[in-house]
Amino acid sequence: MIRTLIGMAFILIGVTFDFLGVLGLVRLPDVYNRLQAATKCVTFGSAGLLFGVFILQGFNSFGFKVLIGIAFIFLTSPVAAHVIARAAHRSGIQLTKKTVVDQYQEDHELKE
Amino acid sequence: MRILRWAIGFVLIGAFMYANFFIYTGSIYIKLINVILFSALFVVYRVIVGPTAADRIVAVDILGILIVGMLALLGLYYDQSFFMDIGLIWALLSFIASLAFAKILEGRSLDD
Repeated sequence: MIRTLIGMAFILIGVTFDFLGVLGLVRLPDVYNRLQAATKCVTFGSAGLLFGVFILQGFNSFGFKVLIGIAFIFLTSPVAAHVIARAAHRSGIQLTKKTVVDQYQEDHELKE
Repeated sequence: MRILRWAIGFVLIGAFMYANFFIYTGSIYIKLINVILFSALFVVYRVIVGPTAADRIVAVDILGILIVGMLALLGLYYDQSFFMDIGLIWALLSFIASLAFAKILEGRSLDD
């Protein structure tokens, strides 16, 4: 009974974070802002959802597959976000007008 | 114009949430799957009208992680564990596709 309650709480928190992250993907003004909001929120949301499914299921085959899924999402999603942001900055996509500092550009100018 | 856009957003999201959680009578898992599919609609909006190519790549990456969470909920509803196999393979292919798209966006070839 208490296990069902905790698992459903994790699943509800995960779905809420998914929805908020996608809302940030629609609303924010820039590629980098959208990448930050969407990747962090949706990664945490989906991982929390999978952890809730693991608490509901316990240590059977479904539970272990869900644990493997959590590990895989935590390993691959930040790598993909970093690679996309680096490629976008190198291919010359402009930042938004309200930006105050761009330290990657300054380091790149100092090296050359 | 700004107030009109905010009003349209609030009415759309509020109408969907009311119809999903108070009018539709079904399992709680189906309701949560409906919320995730509504989020995927926003992601498809960003894929269609995204100003640059990096926006579309970010949106496709996010769609892969959302679908992994949706498949976990679907497996919980049908009480079958093979949905999570599909989820793992989907996460792997989405990660590799994101890396390949980022490399093409940066201007290098795939065997670099």
